[in-house]
Amino acid sequence: MPTAAAASIFPRLTRMDGYYGSYVPVLAIIVVGAVLVTAMFLGNRLLRPSRPSPEKQLTYESGVDPVGTGWAQIHLRYYVFAYLYVVFAVDAVFLFPWATVYAGLGWVTVGEMGVFIGIIAVGLVYAWRKGVLAWT
Amino acid sequence: MIVQALGVRTVDDLSEFGTDPWWLSLIKAVLIFVFLLLLTLFNIWFERRVVARMQHRAGPNKNGPFGLLQSLADAMKLMLKEDIMVKAADRLLYVLAPVISVIMAFLAFAVIPFGPVVDVPFTDRQTPLQLTDLPVGVLFVIAVASVGIYGIVLGGWASGSTYSLLGGMRSTAQVISYEVAMSLALVAVFLYAGSLSTSEIVNAQQRLWYALILLPSFIIFWVSMVGETNRAPFDMPEAEGELVAGYFTEYSSMKFAMFFLAEYINMVTVSAVATTLFLGGWRAPWPLSLWDGANAGYWPVLWFLAKVMMFMFVFVWLRGTLPRVRYDQFMALGWKVLIPVALLWTVAVATIRAMTLDGGLDRRVLVGGALVAVLLFLLLSIVGERAPKEEPEAEEQPFDPFAGGYPVPPMPGQRLPRPEPAGVVPGGAQPDQEDDTARRSATEEGD
Repeated sequence: MPTAAAASIFPRLTRMDGYYGSYVPVLAIIVVGAVLVTAMFLGNRLLRPSRPSPEKQLTYESGVDPVGTGWAQIHLRYYVFAYLYVVFAVDAVFLFPWATVYAGLGWVTVGEMGVFIGIIAVGLVYAWRKGVLAWT
Repeated sequence: MIVQALGVRTVDDLSEFGTDPWWLSLIKAVLIFVFLLLLTLFNIWFERRVVARMQHRAGPNKNGPFGLLQSLADAMKLMLKEDIMVKAADRLLYVLAPVISVIMAFLAFAVIPFGPVVDVPFTDRQTPLQLTDLPVGVLFVIAVASVGIYGIVLGGWASGSTYSLLGGMRSTAQVISYEVAMSLALVAVFLYAGSLSTSEIVNAQQRLWYALILLPSFIIFWVSMVGETNRAPFDMPEAEGELVAGYFTEYSSMKFAMFFLAEYINMVTVSAVATTLFLGGWRAPWPLSLWDGANAGYWPVLWFLAKVMMFMFVFVWLRGTLPRVRYDQFMALGWKVLIPVALLWTVAVATIRAMTLDGGLDRRVLVGGALVAVLLFLLLSIVGERAPKEEPEAEEQPFDPFAGGYPVPPMPGQRLPRPEPAGVVPGGAQPDQEDDTARRSATEEGD
């Protein structure tokens, strides 16, 4: 088997190839998806009528003429939740690799991760007490 | 033989992946698309039929056998519709948003295992029934789901409509909140499987499904996957009573169809992830697993599909049963219940697992501990029941139905002035009733 021979000579190189090789099919999905989307748009363009009028191109606002633009100001709470998300998403991303290697490391790592989760939890409790979590 | 070969594989040995020739990868990728498109057409029909049955209606039953071609007819109709792009829209992002949405929806399926290693027909080649596997497979799924949100938020923003913008913002806040709960729920699975790769997680569930031993994780994941896909009862981004259609208000024709497609594929994706991580993936359920051939060849695709459809049915069932929740209640559920519980559960699982690895925990101790925990929970909930948190009685404020010049509903603490219905006298029904009875007895006598 040529792969096995190559692996014995260049173990690291082949492994790198293997690692990134498993990402190549992901590209295949993107390519096929792009083809599909293009086909959908093309078919649509060929089949659909196109008779634009100023009334049709108005923004929908429940039947009345739109007032101002649609780019309204948004409440600050969305921003706060985005911040909280970053905290917890990073938390989760730290937890994932920990969970995979955890079995070989014993109690120390449990304690360490307990401290980490504890700090994150204090943050959550703080946000809670501040009333940030209440969607008012 | 294949099953045995899989059984002895060491952790994170993904050597079967990335060895396919390019044509095989391409065929698999195309098959994933065919599978998902057909499944979407089926699922739309399935949802409409099941909801119809729950509401004592017939549902679509005209086009094709049992109305199965209804979704295809709808898709063709959308294809023939005029594509209206509003003047206020940001043209580039407006077109790009549904494309991002739909491609990202397909992408997550790259790492979902449909079955074991099988023979490719017409060749002597063997390949796993999975496009590819990554050492970070589940993280990849979560990342792709996050990128998929861009489609929604950009679509909402680029439409230049207030409804779309609000729908997009709501959807983003909702999806990111529930994604946190979702990821934290998964940590327990990784603790047991010792891997992030989907095929390894399926292999690790040979003996026991994680849904059984990690039930809280499963429940948290299930709740958050409904929130993640913007489905009823958590479909506030598309609440038609408030936001017309949410982020796709201004979309029509094929672009609307793409958002629709993305939503249904996302439902299948989260169902497939739940199946893979908690229900043993493509492995046959218990009575079937007694048959040796159940986990070999192409049969597992069937079990996989059955489990995914089970989740799909629950999606439809929820939609047919539950009313839409309020947005603040929804966010409170995510941040004040699901996330703290998921954090606590992660710590608990890590501790229990460490004890088990440390030298074996007595099973009776574990069961006893669980029992105590359940009792404690019940006790706490009863105590909580006894002293319900009283909402501070808001002071009665006069209600102005046209505050600020617009008609407004009463706020908490305000009461809608109830006008006395005209012409109704208390006790006025009495004579009528007597009259009625008299008449009825008269007719009876007449008979």
